[in-house]
Amino acid sequence: MEDIHRQAFRDEAADLLVELESALLELEDSPGDMELVNRVFRAMHTLKGSGAMFGFDDIAQFTHEVETVFDQVRSGHLQVTKVLLDLTFQAKDHVKVLLEHDGTDLGDYVDAAETVLNGFRVLAAQSAPGDDSAMQPGVCDLPLENGEAGDGSVHRVRVRPKTGIYATGNNPEYLIEDLRSLGQTMVFAHIEDIPPLRELDPQNCHIWWDVLLTSDATENAIRDVFIFVEDECDFSISTVETSGDVELKKLGEILIERGDITAEGINRALSGQKRLGAILTEAGMLPERSVEAALAEQSLVKQKQEQKKGPEGTSSLRVSAEKLDLLQDLVGELVIVQAQIKQVAPSLGNSMIVTLAEQLERLSDDIRDSTLAIRMLPIGSTFSTYRRLVRDLSAEIGKEIDLVTSGEDTELDKTVLDRLGDALIHLLRNSIDHGIETPDQREAAGKPRRGTLQLGAEHSGGDVVIQIVDDGKGIDPEKVRQKAVERGLISDNAELTLRETLELIFLPGFSTAQTVSSVSGRGVGMDVVKRVVNAMRGSIDIDTELHKGSVVTIRLPLTLAIIDGLQVCVGTESYVLPLDVVEECVQLDRKDLGAEGRRRMINLRGEVVPIISLREWFRLPGELPSIEQVVILNVDGNRMGMVVDHVVGEHQTVIKSLGPVFRRLEGFSGATIQGDGTMSLILDVKRIVRLSLGEVR
Amino acid sequence: MKTVMTVDDSASVRQMVAFTLKNAGYAVIEAVDGKDALSKLKGSVDMVVTDLNMPNMDGISLIKAVRAQPAYKFIPIVMLTTESQAGKKQEGKDAGATGWIVKPFKPEQLLAVVQKVLR
Repeated sequence: MEDIHRQAFRDEAADLLVELESALLELEDSPGDMELVNRVFRAMHTLKGSGAMFGFDDIAQFTHEVETVFDQVRSGHLQVTKVLLDLTFQAKDHVKVLLEHDGTDLGDYVDAAETVLNGFRVLAAQSAPGDDSAMQPGVCDLPLENGEAGDGSVHRVRVRPKTGIYATGNNPEYLIEDLRSLGQTMVFAHIEDIPPLRELDPQNCHIWWDVLLTSDATENAIRDVFIFVEDECDFSISTVETSGDVELKKLGEILIERGDITAEGINRALSGQKRLGAILTEAGMLPERSVEAALAEQSLVKQKQEQKKGPEGTSSLRVSAEKLDLLQDLVGELVIVQAQIKQVAPSLGNSMIVTLAEQLERLSDDIRDSTLAIRMLPIGSTFSTYRRLVRDLSAEIGKEIDLVTSGEDTELDKTVLDRLGDALIHLLRNSIDHGIETPDQREAAGKPRRGTLQLGAEHSGGDVVIQIVDDGKGIDPEKVRQKAVERGLISDNAELTLRETLELIFLPGFSTAQTVSSVSGRGVGMDVVKRVVNAMRGSIDIDTELHKGSVVTIRLPLTLAIIDGLQVCVGTESYVLPLDVVEECVQLDRKDLGAEGRRRMINLRGEVVPIISLREWFRLPGELPSIEQVVILNVDGNRMGMVVDHVVGEHQTVIKSLGPVFRRLEGFSGATIQGDGTMSLILDVKRIVRLSLGEVR
Repeated sequence: MKTVMTVDDSASVRQMVAFTLKNAGYAVIEAVDGKDALSKLKGSVDMVVTDLNMPNMDGISLIKAVRAQPAYKFIPIVMLTTESQAGKKQEGKDAGATGWIVKPFKPEQLLAVVQKVLR
């Protein structure tokens, strides 16, 4: 008799769990919808009440805590966050386990349930608005405080290379770079020891540096930077500000501590009336740089201490995306004007103007970097939307798939993030639809029934690497090949490496699906994904192992707005090449020219490098100059020379996108405005090199 | 692509160095001793990784000879030493070595040193 009721409860509870799940999934899309919150609450409430009535005490106890939290959400004391939703999904899974096992030993599940419950207890304890990780579209969180430097101490590092340091193959600039990689730095170059030009031996090093390093690194880790140059370099490391409260030091004290001046000198200078720094420099007792470095140290310590005193909760600020776009446009204009000033300054023959131009460059570099940093958003804010996709899709086609994400904190420019969305959705769909097998197939292959899909992001050099890894059946190169032959993409007897075979997947119109299902083939192909990624100056690669799974790797630049570019001229036209693919520039010696079929080659120090003439490529009119220059490019390991009339130089280039009329032009990735106000086209070098090597039709 | 020359009379060390560096995207030239290294030293060599004890020409002499060539005066030269060769280390540094790696070493230690001195 009793069992009939228990069974009835089980049936009801199963229905409630389905209802709960669908409410949760919808809630993920509209976290503010109170009706959905109520649906979740009611489902939990019924599970709790009826569970207790029919002897499912474990379910009643468990759901009680969940119900409590959702009650607080209902009354507006808690917000719907990703954390809460994830926990609730887990709670739902756990209730399902409890329903099915009914009294038998649950083993590990008990611990897992305890973890989930603890999560809810933490949330219940917060019970106040806050910790809202769900981000509103069009708004970004603006950090006022650089997290990395937040807790670090300020170290004062003085790097004084011996003049002969270059003779050991060591480069002091690398030391400064290594220090920069440890944290936030302010670098002051001391150039006062550089002798006049006619006495200058360029093989010697005359510069030395004061570096203020804010870092969590230990003093030993900082010392490690200098491991090879202990004899070639005088260096000192001292900690200026630690996490404890320190009394602010006066400028004079800092200068004495640094060994820049004696106490006596300070006292003498103090008898004057002006500010100490000005007195010292005017008196010729100290170069301006020393004072500048010490003043910077003083203000940095002050700033850090004020930050510590500042109330928590004012550490971020919401700003509309439009304002940031405007700011970035303005910074772009500033960089252009700065480039203009830099170009004009030397010709005016006024050293003051040249110095000011250099200071302006440094400032505008910093402003540019900070502005770009503001636009950076953690990629995790988009990851959460993919959970829903994976849940929906795998349920729809009867597969069991876990999505594991990593590197949520990895930051990318908002524009990159926005454009990436559809491509990632397509790739995830592919893995779910074609990659991961059904639970039965997986079991038969000796794999766990649940497949795993990993979505991860990380920084690698100047790029962001995004990987989608599945443990599915992998891609069969033979099938890819057959399909390509069927489609007439390759000939029957073409010999292709595995890599080349996998590349075929990116060709327009290619699809590995034997039948087009409702989930894949929605008009987006891998060719579109590739185009989107390439349009952002990124690259995409597939790696796969049969029966083991596939890995799709996307590399993207951190930002789209500004690149370092090399300006070149052909006739009256000027173009910009992205500096990251440029290896070197050489003069074109006609006797180095060889010919191999249609393609021309040059002999570069014994190596044969194919070249293309930009003049011929764009069919530009004009006389060939007597001496041409070749920019040696390296695209994905392929070297190629690009012949131009002459190389103008390096510039920061603000990328302006081309209007719709020009979108179809091959070989350009944008345009920019030069220092002199003229426009240059930015070459899509990767595309041009691939086209000319005949890899792409 | 940067080119690194590995100089060692031990084929297995050469192989390990070459394999590690090629995997990390460097081009590698192999030489069996200092003399062989000098004869292969032309064109774009961006760095040398050399053993110290070798027949025909040892590592210290090689470092001096490489530094004497104007084209390679400033390139990084890393020497492979053993724990017991502290004196040799100083000798190598005086000859113009940039840094050192103590044998035995792991591939990642080699890469860390190469990336430290060659950019």
